[in-house]
Amino acid sequence: MVAQNIGFAIIAIIMVIGAVRVVTTSNVVHAALWLVVVLAGAAAQYILLAAEFVAVTQVLVYIGAVMVLFLFGTMLTRSRIGRDSGLNNSYAKLGIPVAVVLFATMALALSESFGTEKMPTDGSLVTTQQISDQVFGPYLLPFWALSFVLLAAVIGAIVLARKD
Amino acid sequence: MIRSAEALQTLSSGWFLEHAWLIPIVPAIGFFIIILFGKKLPMKGSEIGLLSMLSSLVLAGGTAMQWIDRVNSGAEAQFIAPVVRTWNWWQIGGMKFTIGQSIDGLAVIVLVVVAFISTLVQLYSTEYLKGDRRYTHFFAALTLFSAGMLAMVVAEDTILFLLGWEIMGLCSFMLIGHWWEDGANSRAALKAFFTVRTGDMGLLVGVAVLYFASNEWTTEHLGVSGFSIRGISAWALSGEPNSTVILVASVALFIAAIGKSGQFPLHTWLPDAMAGPTPVSSLLHSSTMVVAGVFLVSRLYPVFFTGFDILGSGGNFITIIGGITIVIAAALAFVQNDIKKVLAYSTVSQLGYMMLGLGAGAWLPAVFHIFTHAFFKACLFLGAGSISHSASHHSFDMKKDMGGLRKVMPITFTTWVISTLALCGVFPFSGFFSKDEIIDNVGHNGYQLFMIIGLIGAFMTAAYMTRATYLTFFGEARGASAGEHHDEHHDAHAPAHDGHDSQDAHDAHATDHADHGPHESGWRITLPLVLLAVLALSSGLLNATPFGEKWERIKTWVEPRAEVVMETAPGGPGHSNVLSIPAAAEEGHHDSPCGSETPEEGVCYAPQLQHAPFKWSKAMLSLGIVFLGIALSWLFSTLLYTRKDKRLVGLTERNGVLRAGYNLLINKYYLDALYENVIVKAIAGPIAAAAYWFNQNVLDGILHAVARFSRVFSGWVYRNIDQRVVDGTVNNSGKATKGAGGVLAPVQSGKVSQYGALLFSAAAVAALVLVIINS
Amino acid sequence: MLVNQFLFLAALLFCIGVYGVIARKNAVLVLMSIELILNAVNLNFIAFALRNGNADGHTFALYIIAIAAAEVGVGLGLVLLIFRNRRTISLDDLSEMKG
Repeated sequence: MVAQNIGFAIIAIIMVIGAVRVVTTSNVVHAALWLVVVLAGAAAQYILLAAEFVAVTQVLVYIGAVMVLFLFGTMLTRSRIGRDSGLNNSYAKLGIPVAVVLFATMALALSESFGTEKMPTDGSLVTTQQISDQVFGPYLLPFWALSFVLLAAVIGAIVLARKD
Repeated sequence: MIRSAEALQTLSSGWFLEHAWLIPIVPAIGFFIIILFGKKLPMKGSEIGLLSMLSSLVLAGGTAMQWIDRVNSGAEAQFIAPVVRTWNWWQIGGMKFTIGQSIDGLAVIVLVVVAFISTLVQLYSTEYLKGDRRYTHFFAALTLFSAGMLAMVVAEDTILFLLGWEIMGLCSFMLIGHWWEDGANSRAALKAFFTVRTGDMGLLVGVAVLYFASNEWTTEHLGVSGFSIRGISAWALSGEPNSTVILVASVALFIAAIGKSGQFPLHTWLPDAMAGPTPVSSLLHSSTMVVAGVFLVSRLYPVFFTGFDILGSGGNFITIIGGITIVIAAALAFVQNDIKKVLAYSTVSQLGYMMLGLGAGAWLPAVFHIFTHAFFKACLFLGAGSISHSASHHSFDMKKDMGGLRKVMPITFTTWVISTLALCGVFPFSGFFSKDEIIDNVGHNGYQLFMIIGLIGAFMTAAYMTRATYLTFFGEARGASAGEHHDEHHDAHAPAHDGHDSQDAHDAHATDHADHGPHESGWRITLPLVLLAVLALSSGLLNATPFGEKWERIKTWVEPRAEVVMETAPGGPGHSNVLSIPAAAEEGHHDSPCGSETPEEGVCYAPQLQHAPFKWSKAMLSLGIVFLGIALSWLFSTLLYTRKDKRLVGLTERNGVLRAGYNLLINKYYLDALYENVIVKAIAGPIAAAAYWFNQNVLDGILHAVARFSRVFSGWVYRNIDQRVVDGTVNNSGKATKGAGGVLAPVQSGKVSQYGALLFSAAAVAALVLVIINS
Repeated sequence: MLVNQFLFLAALLFCIGVYGVIARKNAVLVLMSIELILNAVNLNFIAFALRNGNADGHTFALYIIAIAAAEVGVGLGLVLLIFRNRRTISLDDLSEMKG
C-alpha cells in the first residue's frame, strides 16, 4: 500500500506545516486560513482511514461553520492587536519545552505500545448505517446530552451576543 | 542448782493492766471536749475535767489492784515482768518508732498518786477559781497536764516519755501565767518555761545518745529498739556499754532532771512559779510535775546506776546536786514571808532528798518518798490556798496578813499541822517512814557525808516549817486576818473576780467579808485537805520498815526484782509482753549478779540494791534532831515575832556578818542576778547583735549579690536571647511567610495563558512520570 | 500503514495545539489552538476505529465535532462580550489581579 503511505505523508506534512503556521503567524486571518488547511488535511486523512462520513461531516461542520464563525469573530474583534511582540505572550518561551516534553512522552508511550503494528488491511468501510446504529444504540444518551449542549450553546450564544 | 520448775509461775494479768494506756487517753479526750465545748456547759467545763480525772483514778486504782495480784501471783524471787503493749507508730529507714505502755510497780504507784491528787485538785479548783475569767481554760490546761504526766508515766519508750514531759512543760507555762495580765505572772511563767527548757536539752541529748548506743544491742538481744525503756535498762546492766558513753547519757538525762525537778542550779524557777493559782502550785509544783525528774531517774535507774557507779563510789554527781539542793533551799525557806514560797523551797529541798536517795542507791525509799511527799505537800499547798481564799483576802504574806488563824480555821489548821509533822518526819506520820529511810540508806550505802547533810536538812526543815506555822496560825491576827481590807488587795482581787460586774459584786464581796471576817473554807476545799491529811498520817504504814518485812508492802509491789531473766518473748503489736520464766538461781536469799557483774546468759532489768536494816537507835537520832529543830524554832519565833525581844529584833541590820548572810539569802544567792543579768543579757545583747550583723551583712549580702547578678543576667538574656533570638525567630518566620507568599502570589496572576501554561506543564510532567513508572 | 503514523501525527498536532494555547495572546487564536487539539483527538479516534474495526470511534468523532462547534460558538460569544467591555481581547490585558 505504498500509495496510501505516500498520500499520508504528503498530507501529514501539509497538516503539520499548517498547524505550525497557525501558532506562529502574527496575522489572525492568516492563522484562520492555515487552520482551514489543517482541517482539510484532517478530512483527507479521514478518507484515508476509510471514514468517509466523518470526513464529509468534518468539512461541512468544521470548515464550513466553525471557520466561518472564527472569521466572523476575528472581524468583530479586530482591533489593534499584536503591536510589538506579535501575537505571542510572555509565556511563549515556556510553551516550547512543555510541548516538547509532552510530545516526547507521548512518542515514547506510543512507540512502546504499538511499535510497528499495522493497520488491518481488510479495512471494511464504515457505513453511515453503522454509525447511526451506534448513535441510536449504545451511544444514545450522549447523543441526547449533546443535543442539549447544542441547545444551550445556541441560546447562550444569543444571550451573550445581544446588545443590551 | 536448777530451781524446780513449779517455783516459777506465770504472772497474772487483767483488763486494767492491759488497758492502762487508757489512763492518759481519758484526760486527753477531756481536754479536747473542754476546749471545744467547755464554755457552753453548765459548769463551764469543770465537770468534764473532774469526770475525766475520776475515770483515770478508777482506771489507775484498778491497775494498781491488778498489779498487786500480779506480784502476788509470782514466786518469791521471780522477776515481775511489766505489762507491755506496743504499737508501731512510724517507720523510717531502719528506725522504728513504737508507742506503748509499760506498767510496772513504779508506774503504778506514780499513776495512782497523779490521778488521785489531780482529782482532788480539780475539785478544789471548782471552789478556789469560782468566777475566774478563764475558768474553762484553766480546767482544760489542768486536764491536759494530767494527760501529759500520765502519758509520761505509762510510756514504754523514751519518745512517748519525752512527749509527756514536754506537754507538762507547756501546761506548766500556761497555768503559771494564768493571770497573765499582771506582768510579774507572765514573767514567772516564761522563767519557768525557759529554765526547764534549758534542762530539756539534756533530755533530748540523753535520749539520742542512749538510742544510738543501745539500739544494736537491744535489737539483737531483745527485739526492741533503742527507744524502749526496758531495752535501755537491760543494756545498761549488760556490761556492754562504753563507760564514757553511758556517763555522758546519765549526765545529760540528769541535767533534764535538774531542770524539771528544781535542783541546784536550775531551781530558781520554782519559787517564782508560785505566781500561779494555788491549785496549780499544789498539783504541778509540789507533788506531780516536779517529781517527773525524780521519776526519770527512777525509771532509767540502770543507766544512772552504771553511769555514775552508784554503789561503788562515795559521792557522785546526783548526790552532790541533791545534797547541795537540800541545804540551800532549806536555808532560803527561812527568810521568806510568802507562805507559798516557804512551801516552794521546802519542795525543792525535799526533791533534793529524793535525788540524794536515788544517787546513793536508796531507790525504794526515794520512790516511797515521792508517794508520801505528794500527799503532805499537796495538803500544805491546798491549806495555804484555803487560808488565802477565806482568811487573808488573797494574800499570801504571812507577816502582813496572817496570824492566829488556828481559832477561825480549825480544819485547815489541823490538816496543816498533820502535814507539817509528816514533812518533818515525826513518827508515826508518813514522812518518818520515807525520809528517814532515805537518810538511813544513804548512810548505809557508804555516803556518810551526805547522810550528815540529810540530817542537817531535816533539822532545817523542822525549823522553818515551825516558823511558818507559828507566823500563820499562832500569835496575833494581822492585816486581812484581822478583817482589814488593804487597797493593794484589790489588785489580787480583780483578776480572780472578773467574772462578776466589778462594782456591785465588789461591794457585795466586801460586805460579805466584813460580816464574816476570816472563816473556814467550803467543803470543796476542806474535803481534799482532810483526805490528804489522812493519807499524810497513814500512808507511811504501806512501807513501815521498822515493823518488819511483812509491813514493807510498797517494797514488795514496787521495787523491781534484780533477777536475771532468761528469754524474752517479744509480743507483737497490741499484745502483752509477758516475759517468760527467769533463769535458775540458788535457793533462799541470794545475791543476783545484776548490777555488779554481767550475767552470762539472759538479761537484767534492775540492779541489785541493798537495804539498811532498821535500828531504832538510828531512828531516835533523827527524831531527836527533828524535835530539837521544832523546839528551837518555836522558841525563836515566840521571842522574835510575839514578844519582839530586843536582842533579836533588827539583829540582821546591826550585825554585819548576819546582814551579809541575810542579804545573800534574800537575793537567793544572787543566782537570779547571774542568770538574768549576766547570761540572758549577754545573749540578748552582744550575741544577738552579732547574729544580727551576720544576718544583715553576710546572709543578706549574699542575697543582695544574687539579686544584682540576676538582674544583670536577666537584662543580658532579655537583650540577646529574647529580643534577638526569640523575637528574631518570630519576625523572620513572618518575613519568610510573607516572602513565600510573595513568591507564590504570581501564580494567581489572573492571566489565562499562564494558567494554561501551568496546566499543561503539570499535565506533561504527570504524563512523564506515569510513563516512566509504568515502563 | 502503520497505526503509529496516525497516532504520531495526532500527538504532534496535539502538542502544537498545546503550544498555541500557551503562547498565543489573542483569545481567538487560543480558541483556534484548541481546535487543533480537538482535531488531533479526532484523528486518534478514527485511527483506532479503523484499527479496531468498529464504528465507535466514528461516533465519538462526530460527537466531538458537534461539541467543538458548540464550544466555538459560545467561546466566540464570550470573546465578543469581552471585546465590547474591554475593547481588547489580548489575554495579557485581561487580568484584573494586582501583582
